[in-house]
Amino acid sequence: MDGDLKERIEAIMGRYPTRRSAIMPALCLAQECGELLRGEILKDIADLLEVPEIWVYEVTSFYSMLYSEPVGKFHIQLCTNVSCLLSRSTPLLEHLKQRLQIGEGGTTADGLYTLTTVECLGSCDTAPVLMVNEVYHENMSEQRIDTLLDQLTPQPAA
Amino acid sequence: MYEKILLKNLETPGCHDIGTYEARGGYKALATVLKDYSPGDLIELVKRSNLRGRGGAGFPTGVKWGFVPKDTDKPIYLCCNSDEGEPGTFKDRALMEKDPHVMIEGMLIAAYAIGSEISYNYIRGEYTLSIERVETALHQAYERGFLGKNILGSDFSHDMYVHRGAGAYICGEETALLESIEGRRAQPKLKPPFPAVAGLYECPTIINNTETFAYLPHIVERGAEWFRGIGPEGSPGPKLYCLSGQVKKPGLYEFPMGISLREMVEEHAGGTHSGKVKAVIPGGVSAPLIPECDLDVGMDFDSLAAAGSMLGSAGVIVLDDTACVVRVATRIMEFFNLESCGKCTPCREGNDWAAKVLRRLEAGNGRREDLDQLEFLCDSIFGTSFCALGDAAAWSLGAALKHFREEFERHIDEGKCPFH
Repeated sequence: MDGDLKERIEAIMGRYPTRRSAIMPALCLAQECGELLRGEILKDIADLLEVPEIWVYEVTSFYSMLYSEPVGKFHIQLCTNVSCLLSRSTPLLEHLKQRLQIGEGGTTADGLYTLTTVECLGSCDTAPVLMVNEVYHENMSEQRIDTLLDQLTPQPAA
Repeated sequence: MYEKILLKNLETPGCHDIGTYEARGGYKALATVLKDYSPGDLIELVKRSNLRGRGGAGFPTGVKWGFVPKDTDKPIYLCCNSDEGEPGTFKDRALMEKDPHVMIEGMLIAAYAIGSEISYNYIRGEYTLSIERVETALHQAYERGFLGKNILGSDFSHDMYVHRGAGAYICGEETALLESIEGRRAQPKLKPPFPAVAGLYECPTIINNTETFAYLPHIVERGAEWFRGIGPEGSPGPKLYCLSGQVKKPGLYEFPMGISLREMVEEHAGGTHSGKVKAVIPGGVSAPLIPECDLDVGMDFDSLAAAGSMLGSAGVIVLDDTACVVRVATRIMEFFNLESCGKCTPCREGNDWAAKVLRRLEAGNGRREDLDQLEFLCDSIFGTSFCALGDAAAWSLGAALKHFREEFERHIDEGKCPFH
């Protein structure tokens, strides 16, 4: 485990009376530092918190925002719950699939984009809504998706 | 003209900053409480106001606080439930992003009332800006002496932390939320014991919703009678309503409790795109939908319960006459199926089964006996699980079947969705 990550985890341990409570924040921090939540890092967190590794694993496998499989550089998460459904999120999903040439849950071959559908993002008055990594994009349309994807696409080096 | 209480401040630019908050009189209620109130007096004040929990269940806040044992030698915990995941709901996000100090001040007032020295605000993981704003606000509150040791020179000390969620709707259920803070999979527990007696780390714990906390400074400043004088006697006070779906003016609104659903949708939200309302989900997708003929219902806990639905999180989703109820019911069942924690068999298996039948119906491959099957599943799921997630799924589907059976039958008879 990276020394900086270790320090950040140690800093939050004092917020809780038990070490077990620090598992979820520790996993979030590890993910923030670019770790994929499987294998060695789970053991490192368990060792640091002095808890059984299975406790770390069971948390990792329960929560949808903790990733144990690789996701693309840009994780596009389209809300398809009722308010977004009523505001045309279904054609937007089709448009995204076509533009990126991947299915739901898929990642482009270059590892740049992952497309998933998600449950309500709590932005229903500006539906349809999607998130790219942690940033909300509201009132989406096919055209706004095109503009967004064009902005995300890295320019080839000159 | 109704005077907005929470939204007024949300509309002030820069009001997430402590300077702006203090300039409008923020943290004065906390000072008043520490100077003039005993914890017992404060609990009485909140009981007299009849403030009922804004998270969904509508339990009287002061009564809940009164359940904390007086003679405990264990630490007492306070939690703020900001795991706003109920589809159609975005009020707590607005509060945390734009006015985090009112929630913090409310939490401090509650903490003083119940004798708590430590609290956690459980914020859903997707709400990055809320988390950032609340973290900054906490930092500012510590700097100004509103948090930490001997707050404002009193004997009262309190520490407050953010606990970030990581994507699980079930964490909005209070026992699941506590399991999650303890570092476990968020699976609800049977009650009793209630959290007020044995909650976080088996210690007495009070959990209230973000919006509930936000009213406390106002109740301290203006009094219980002022609060009780707004809206109906049984469920009084101001209320935030989240309007979305097929309306012309979706958004976050504030009205007195008890405003008619029809007035809210047709006047304030500008009516629907098509000009006709088919049905309204009044309190997030857990709340059974209400057909157009019943829109005159009052938007408060008691009136909606009497009408066979619930206020829930006040996530008001409007369907116009172009919407397909079967499709909406299918999506809602898929949601509950995905978010079921998997602990109780009727919820885990029943929701999955119902979602499969509904998908078949929506695709035009339904059979007559499917409707009986769905009703059987609703009956089997309702009341047979540890928490309310299964109940909500069954209740919501049951209402769609009851009010819009003809739409389900058309899907079967025509062999396709009549709306798409």
